[in-house]
Amino acid sequence: MPRPIRILLGILILVIGLAGCAAPGGQAPAPTQPPAATPAPTQAPPTPTAAPPAPKTVTALVGFTASLTGKLNVESTRQTNGLQLWMKQVNEAGGIKLADGTVVKFEAKFYDDESNQDRVQELYTRLASEDKADFLISPYSSGLTAAASVIAEQYEKIMITTGAASDSNYKQGYTLVFQAYTPASKYLTGAVDLILATTPNLKRIAIVHENDKFSTDVANAAKRYAENKGFEVVLFEGYDSGTTDFAPIINKVQQAAPEAIIGGGHFQDGSTFARQLAEKQVPAEFLALLVAPPEPSFAELGDAAVGVIGPSQWEPLAAYTEASAKAAGLSWYGLSGADFTAAYQAAYGEEPSYHAAGGYAAGLILQAAIEKAGSLETAKVKEALDGMDMLTFFGHIKFDTTPEAHGLQIGHEMVYIQWQKDAGGHLVKQVVWPVEAKTADVIHPVR
Amino acid sequence: MLSTLLAAAIDGLMIGVVYGLVAMGLTLIFGVMNVINLAHGPVVVLGMFGVYLCFAQLGLPPYGGLLVVAVLGILLGVLIYFVAVHRVLNAPHLSSLLATFAVNMMIIGIGTSILSTNFRNVDYSLGTLRLGTIALTGTRLTAAGVALAITAALYLFLQRTRPGKYIRAVANNRQSAELMGIPSRRVLALAFGIGTMLAAMAGGLLATIQPFTILSGGVYELKSFVIVVLGGLGNPIGALVGGLILGLIEGLVPVFMRTTWVPVLEFVLFVLILLIRPQGLFGAKS
Repeated sequence: MPRPIRILLGILILVIGLAGCAAPGGQAPAPTQPPAATPAPTQAPPTPTAAPPAPKTVTALVGFTASLTGKLNVESTRQTNGLQLWMKQVNEAGGIKLADGTVVKFEAKFYDDESNQDRVQELYTRLASEDKADFLISPYSSGLTAAASVIAEQYEKIMITTGAASDSNYKQGYTLVFQAYTPASKYLTGAVDLILATTPNLKRIAIVHENDKFSTDVANAAKRYAENKGFEVVLFEGYDSGTTDFAPIINKVQQAAPEAIIGGGHFQDGSTFARQLAEKQVPAEFLALLVAPPEPSFAELGDAAVGVIGPSQWEPLAAYTEASAKAAGLSWYGLSGADFTAAYQAAYGEEPSYHAAGGYAAGLILQAAIEKAGSLETAKVKEALDGMDMLTFFGHIKFDTTPEAHGLQIGHEMVYIQWQKDAGGHLVKQVVWPVEAKTADVIHPVR
Repeated sequence: MLSTLLAAAIDGLMIGVVYGLVAMGLTLIFGVMNVINLAHGPVVVLGMFGVYLCFAQLGLPPYGGLLVVAVLGILLGVLIYFVAVHRVLNAPHLSSLLATFAVNMMIIGIGTSILSTNFRNVDYSLGTLRLGTIALTGTRLTAAGVALAITAALYLFLQRTRPGKYIRAVANNRQSAELMGIPSRRVLALAFGIGTMLAAMAGGLLATIQPFTILSGGVYELKSFVIVVLGGLGNPIGALVGGLILGLIEGLVPVFMRTTWVPVLEFVLFVLILLIRPQGLFGAKS
């Protein structure tokens, strides 16, 4: 028997086998633990002739590229892991049952993009035209996603983007590209809200940021936001990407005498800045830096890490639950954060980072949209995505539907972590903002 | 404002002494054998990794690791001299430039494959000294102090010891020195070794202040060129003063304008000195 027929037969048997025990209404997404020892399709016995008529099963092809090689390898691999975990769980749970009884299963088709924008354009074209993917998921990073978005729009394929925070991609007039991540412009605005909510009298804020596009965008947006909220930005200063000696900048910070310091850039400069601020004993109520603090290795700074706040797209600790959805008046969808963390850990042997959670969330968003649309048609799924307003373990998901910024994520908020000391004196990450996700109160002053 | 200026000036001077030490190695080698050592940057980085590995793997305090780095530095310098420099000493300048550049590429290549390009950090603190509103970090203060001590030791070595006098003699006139019975081959190797040792030790001191990767050397090599041109090519004391000037620029300029202007001003100064006073502020080796 040719292989495709064997596989189809296997899937059919699997569907029939699972149909009996499927959750009513087909609303429940994946189970949190994959069912044990699902028989492999190729070893399945022949279909019993007496079985009830099987529901129609369709397979949706999900196309994407992964940076298996090149500089984005680490983050991209985690993102792909998250996405594949989602797919595995949905398929093992019997797929999605649509209102008309059709069962949708997913199949992944992906290539290595070598962290290279040119390859991305080529490969997404192949995914859309030759492989006839039904839906697309973005590669990792804003740069690669920008290249893929053009193709998605050109071939009229819906693309859920993840790992791509830059705002500008959603201001190109695209109609089929939907963002899972909080956009870059909002990376530090939550920190401003946090400061305002905790210490309404605080007025003087310093913004010190790396001079690259992402960090400068974030800093500019934070500056506008802070000034609108009545803060006085006493220092707005950029530093070169390779900076290792922050003493001149820190002297300037001290001269400006801010009450809060926000900014940073990436891991290395952010952690060095935090360390040298501590060595210079710069007093501050709050210190919030981009990218570096959520990384577990930030704890290597020891006491210099205590009190440092950092934005993260998602944290295993973030307490988004069915109850918090109810409290916020939103519908809840999908599995809990704890279940995701456990399943990911079981599958890959490490704690999921926000890149992994983002990959899973992209799949979850697609799943919710297909269920709501009751179809795989692009127009119907797009309509479902446009109307989406739900809370998941990853956070609130809602898209901008205005022509100016269609697909831009407007529901999801960053969670802000702070390094604190537990009762035993060990450094631990706590989620301190937003209120519905927090696991501890923010501590201040830092020094 | 005054305290900010003072803090900025002190921070700048402290790092400037260490920059001066890096440049001193470069200028010593040029002064003695007319070789511009393009492997200087990677040697600085090897010094950083030496201190880092002694600290992280062997548990040695960074200043203990510095002694290990000094010994290995001098040996490495002698090795580089005999392998890459000695044969091209009398060839046109381009040959020695290419030879030392090849050593540069080899060190970076081997270093990248063994040590990766990840950032390293010598996580060592000596606390902070507070003088009123000015906070001086212990590691920076110590680095400046050690760099000054090394400079003084180098001065005494060159002035008071026999090998030091040999080096000066060979620098002044190699043929005459050889006629006087000075073993110039060994003296040149020693001078190259000492130049390399200075760079490696300066790297070790920098490692206690800043994070670094195997590729960090280029920055210090560039700074060294600016300093050496400032102070006069081949003039070790000029290098120290040049380092202090560069450090002051790095410390004080950001008080008045954006930090991104610092390299612009440094290189404008570099070009101006070359145009107006090519022998450097303190005179080059004649």
